[in-house]
Amino acid sequence: MVDNAPNGPHQPTSGNDTLESLVNVPSDLAADLDDIEDLPRSPEMQLPLLAASNLVKSFGGIQAVDRVSIEVAQGSITGLVGPNGAGKTTLFNLLANTLHPDQGRVLFDGEPIQNLPSHLIARMGMVRTFQVARVLSRLSVMDNLLLAAQKQTGEKFWNTWFRPRAIAREEQQNREQAMHILDSIGLAHMAFEYAGALSGGQRKLLEIGRALMTNPKLILLDEPAAGVNPTLINQICDRIQAWNREGMTFLIIEHNMDVIMSLCDRVWVLADGKNLAVGTPAEIQANEEVLTAYLGQ
Amino acid sequence: MLTYLVFFIITAATYALFSLGLNLQWGVTGLLNFGHVAFMTVGAYTTVLLSLSGVPLIVATVLGAIVAALLGAILGISTLRLREDYLAIVTIGASEVVRLIALNEEWLTKGPFGVANYPFPLKNLTNPTMLSRFGFLLLWTAIFVGAGWQLWRWFRRQGDRPKPQAPQPPRANPKLLGIGLSGLLGIGLWLVGVQAILTAYYDKVGLMLVLVTVLALVYWRSQISVNAPWGRVLKALREDEAVAQALGKNVFWYKLQALMLGGAIAGIAGAFYAWNLSYINPDNFKTDITFYAWTVVVLGGAGSNAGTILGALIYGAFESVMNFLPNIFQFLHSIIPAIPGDLNAIIDPGRLGAAQSMVVGLLLIVLMMARPQGILGKKEELTLGR
Repeated sequence: MVDNAPNGPHQPTSGNDTLESLVNVPSDLAADLDDIEDLPRSPEMQLPLLAASNLVKSFGGIQAVDRVSIEVAQGSITGLVGPNGAGKTTLFNLLANTLHPDQGRVLFDGEPIQNLPSHLIARMGMVRTFQVARVLSRLSVMDNLLLAAQKQTGEKFWNTWFRPRAIAREEQQNREQAMHILDSIGLAHMAFEYAGALSGGQRKLLEIGRALMTNPKLILLDEPAAGVNPTLINQICDRIQAWNREGMTFLIIEHNMDVIMSLCDRVWVLADGKNLAVGTPAEIQANEEVLTAYLGQ
Repeated sequence: MLTYLVFFIITAATYALFSLGLNLQWGVTGLLNFGHVAFMTVGAYTTVLLSLSGVPLIVATVLGAIVAALLGAILGISTLRLREDYLAIVTIGASEVVRLIALNEEWLTKGPFGVANYPFPLKNLTNPTMLSRFGFLLLWTAIFVGAGWQLWRWFRRQGDRPKPQAPQPPRANPKLLGIGLSGLLGIGLWLVGVQAILTAYYDKVGLMLVLVTVLALVYWRSQISVNAPWGRVLKALREDEAVAQALGKNVFWYKLQALMLGGAIAGIAGAFYAWNLSYINPDNFKTDITFYAWTVVVLGGAGSNAGTILGALIYGAFESVMNFLPNIFQFLHSIIPAIPGDLNAIIDPGRLGAAQSMVVGLLLIVLMMARPQGILGKKEELTLGR
């Protein structure tokens, strides 16, 4: 069923690569280098980038998330799977604080974030995409990306009057970075179209690009491959691996098991709002409980 | 005639200023504010009452704007967490509350008797010296040159866009037509001002000058902010709040800013409204005024500041025509005696007022069918999926 994780788990090749370097290096070349040189990988245990413990959320009588814990290691691609209604998206909402947990703790980068408003979490470097791609229709594709840039001088009202030069300079830089990202997701030719004119698959790509534009430490992807044709799925996977090699950490919800198996270092399984299993893709595939709950065998 | 044209410019410019506030809130940020007149009421009363008690006019106006912004803050803090349709209900209620307070707190607002004899800018300047007339002329001309330059830049930008390669059949270019008409309109308005300043100066001419200057300043500054990253965040809120929040924008704070700034602009518009009327009572601040602003913004094209000003001019012109309707009827009656019906019943002011609202509604329906995006709105935006 699956070509099992061909590239294996990737440690970040360097700590804080900028996006420029990320998009300037062709992914296949980077992959080759990776294979040839077999860069030394730090063996020491790191604190997980994201660690949630005992999260609880109920809606009315339904316990959507029931004492769920999850960890995402620095530099990993972590998968989150489970049957429909298992609480995956709710868990995402809890991690990004779009919803507030009834109980539990979330540590991001060593700091508790479960009580922060969600926009501050995005500023700390954790950004999410949505299950159904949400784009800002009546803004251009370029503006969709520019919006995502963090710490913009021009986002403060008075600065728009009193610091126009600084803003113009920043905008120029951001536009260049956005153009690089658009190149890498293959939307450069659409840069000045309305985002509402994009197809469903292109919207998925735009969302991922927008997330990258925030220069995050961790990207939460909610079903990046849903409703996308197989060729584009492969492209998205390639891009995710390339970005991961540059040090970006991902947590991915996905129903497409091929994607999960080929991308992820570690997979967490939820069922009925509870932790069911965790392990490498191979272990998960062999796990009887998971097979019963998820694959229906 | 000149007096009437000056009155027309003041009315239209007041609407324009008032509607720029609404355009920031609704056209740009997507806040459904159906109580815009509340900001105008608060701005007008604060300015007028403070200036009556001896506060210098400019300070009184700024304070009026600040109090209007504070009203925006109060409304915002209590309602902006609501979904947008609830915001609409709360704002319409709040505007009625404000009007009723103005009507009933007689110690403060003199209630239904209204306030009169308050100062307004350049009121006492009845016969300016040649030098100050020259200064006025320079200012007036500078504003129109600036507007013309904006128009020209806008026209050039349209040309930059990549166009579909299909051969265009030779026909009148609507953009060229538009720019020609707006140019003519601008020159006409400029001439009115020039003549008023040079030959027929009276107190309201000074008011017109101040108002148009303020309008130009507000337009210019708000264009800068709306086109800056700040405005981009507001537009993102209009499209999808959840996305803006996921990207680290403080949604609540930006919405509050839009509501407060739009309110402050409407507060300044309220001061000019009061100065133009020379007498205000709570009846001048009925809910209708809110919907005049909505008409103007929808007419011009939501989100476009230039469209808002154009919409205000058109709406102001339309109102003037309606004011002249009795004369027009009389004229028609005199040349075509066969027109049936009782003339006096037709030109009864009450009936004409009702007819005016009907015609406005009808025109809006026709416009929405023919050009749903408004005059300067972008048609492509309507065809986009969410």
